[in-house]
Amino acid sequence: MTDTPLLSVRDLVVQFPTRKGVLTAVDGVSFDIKRGEVLGVVGESGAGKSMTGAAIIGLIEPPGRIASGQVLLDGERIDNLSVSQMRRVRGKKVGMVFQDPLTSLNPLYTVAQQLVETVRTHLPLSEKQAREHALALLDEVGIPAAKRRMDDYPHQFSGGMRQRVVIALALAAEPELVIADEPTTALDVSVQAQIIDVLKRLCSERGAAVMLITHDMGVIAETADRVAVMYAGRVAEIGPVRDVVQHAKHPYTQGLMGSIPTLAHDSDRLVQIHGSMPRLTDIPPGCAFNPRCAHAFDRCRQDRPSPIQTGERAVACWLADQEVGQ
Amino acid sequence: MLAFTIRRLIQSIGVMLVVSLIAFVMFRFVGDPVDQMVGLETTIEEREILREQLGLNDATPVQFLRFVGNAIQGDFGVSYQFKRPVATILGERMPATLELAFVSAILALVAGIPMGVYTALRRESVLSKLFLMISLIGVSLPTFLIGILFIFLFAVVFQILPSFGRGEIVDLGWWRTGLLTSSGLKALILPSITLALFQMTLIMRLVRSEMLEVLRTDYIKFCQARGLRSRSVNFGHALKNTLVPVITIAGLQIGSLIAFAIITETVFQWPGMGLLFLQAVQNVDIPIMAAYLLLIAFLFVMINMAVDMLYVVVDPRIRIGGGEE
Repeated sequence: MTDTPLLSVRDLVVQFPTRKGVLTAVDGVSFDIKRGEVLGVVGESGAGKSMTGAAIIGLIEPPGRIASGQVLLDGERIDNLSVSQMRRVRGKKVGMVFQDPLTSLNPLYTVAQQLVETVRTHLPLSEKQAREHALALLDEVGIPAAKRRMDDYPHQFSGGMRQRVVIALALAAEPELVIADEPTTALDVSVQAQIIDVLKRLCSERGAAVMLITHDMGVIAETADRVAVMYAGRVAEIGPVRDVVQHAKHPYTQGLMGSIPTLAHDSDRLVQIHGSMPRLTDIPPGCAFNPRCAHAFDRCRQDRPSPIQTGERAVACWLADQEVGQ
Repeated sequence: MLAFTIRRLIQSIGVMLVVSLIAFVMFRFVGDPVDQMVGLETTIEEREILREQLGLNDATPVQFLRFVGNAIQGDFGVSYQFKRPVATILGERMPATLELAFVSAILALVAGIPMGVYTALRRESVLSKLFLMISLIGVSLPTFLIGILFIFLFAVVFQILPSFGRGEIVDLGWWRTGLLTSSGLKALILPSITLALFQMTLIMRLVRSEMLEVLRTDYIKFCQARGLRSRSVNFGHALKNTLVPVITIAGLQIGSLIAFAIITETVFQWPGMGLLFLQAVQNVDIPIMAAYLLLIAFLFVMINMAVDMLYVVVDPRIRIGGGEE
């Protein structure tokens, strides 16, 4: 196997032209995902996580568009493919799991019909073979009595079961990368762990890489190999999950870590990041985080930091720059 | 499913009873039926005998029950104008109206649905904008104006289509059809387009807005994210979901096609029930008015039931109740 990363996102910029001017939802994001790796992407709502995922699979809703940058899959660009070429990438090479299982499935078709159609679109199987394949998938994602239930309609399943079906659909054509956009946010806390488990197990069995978008640091810490922290459309910090969780360098990441309740340390209060993320219309000059940052100094208010690579980690913060300089 | 059918059937019967009450009230209390039937020189004694014969001296509920009983057997009395049984007259006129309404409904659906889908999928194209503009005209211009315009253009200026009547009729014994002769078909063109135009634009706009709604849903995005062919996404997944609400409206519209064919029939002198009804109103021919009212109500009720059944067939969420674990 070569060293080419499975997915490589380079200086991706996603913009939305609006009446008030052009909004930049994703602003120069770069990262790689290796084969079989799980990359967690965290950040607040509106940080550009989901938009990055949509850009990779080519499903940004118009009038939004990729303004510049590249998305490479297996070293080949997929951001400039034609509609029909991109269709063959979706599902077959890049699968996607959406947030809300209650609305992700077509209510008028049975689970089996939706699976069989997806399988047969990408794989040269007969109706019967595709049905067997579908049954095996449903078994794998843990639908009890799958043989009996595969001809049921989505509304006959519970939320957790439906998300299992969604995962089966996303993996139906054996993609090499699965983008999971907040796959557990809409679910009961009690089934969240199960769903993450299923997703992780199935992907590692198939050697598929996962881009796991979430705002749950706990899920990331348990599941991901590496983590990218996003803030206001940019990557603030990226690196191996252990390093980032235990030795966060970016003040924003430190704030995020401080806001996770732990059983080990019996602290009275959770640390809170003051203020809220700026809207896309008024991102401050310099570092987007500077108004909320306890360590901000003059340079942070003037120049915008780019991620600075040190070893496996990269941090977009002038503090880290000073460290490297010293 | 059976319980559902029975429940709807009972509701339908209730509706029909209320409508027949209205028809009966009209029959009984809009003027004195005896006055309508006899001449000026009839004596009071003779009138009383006729009254007794017609059962007009019985208690009102008894009269109502008799009216309903007769109506069920298809007996609506005798027309004041034509001195013939109303049922026979309506039976002669019904095929003309039903053929017109049927052809118009097909036209409206066959043109309206594809136009709606097209304008939803290709929102920015010139053709879409043209369709939307035409539909605005179709919705806003009154039917009689469109009819007269058509007559002026195709019957007067170009002289290629007849301006009135049904053309040659073939009598099948139980049904007099204009669909089997070329002059009959020619005569059908202008009235059916006139009648269909409004419904077509309505269906087109409805399909368009529903389709746009459905195209924004998560399951359509998920279909695209799975790389399904766009034809399958647009027609297999999106259109099928679009049609669920469209069926209801389209069904009700077919009912109103029949009911409101009155204007079109008048403009084109189409010998259907609508024209008959209008003549009946002018001549205070209450038996025909009452029978027409009942017939239209019956058609509406039947169509409504058919729509509900179709709903059940299309939407599994109604067909198979919630099986939530």
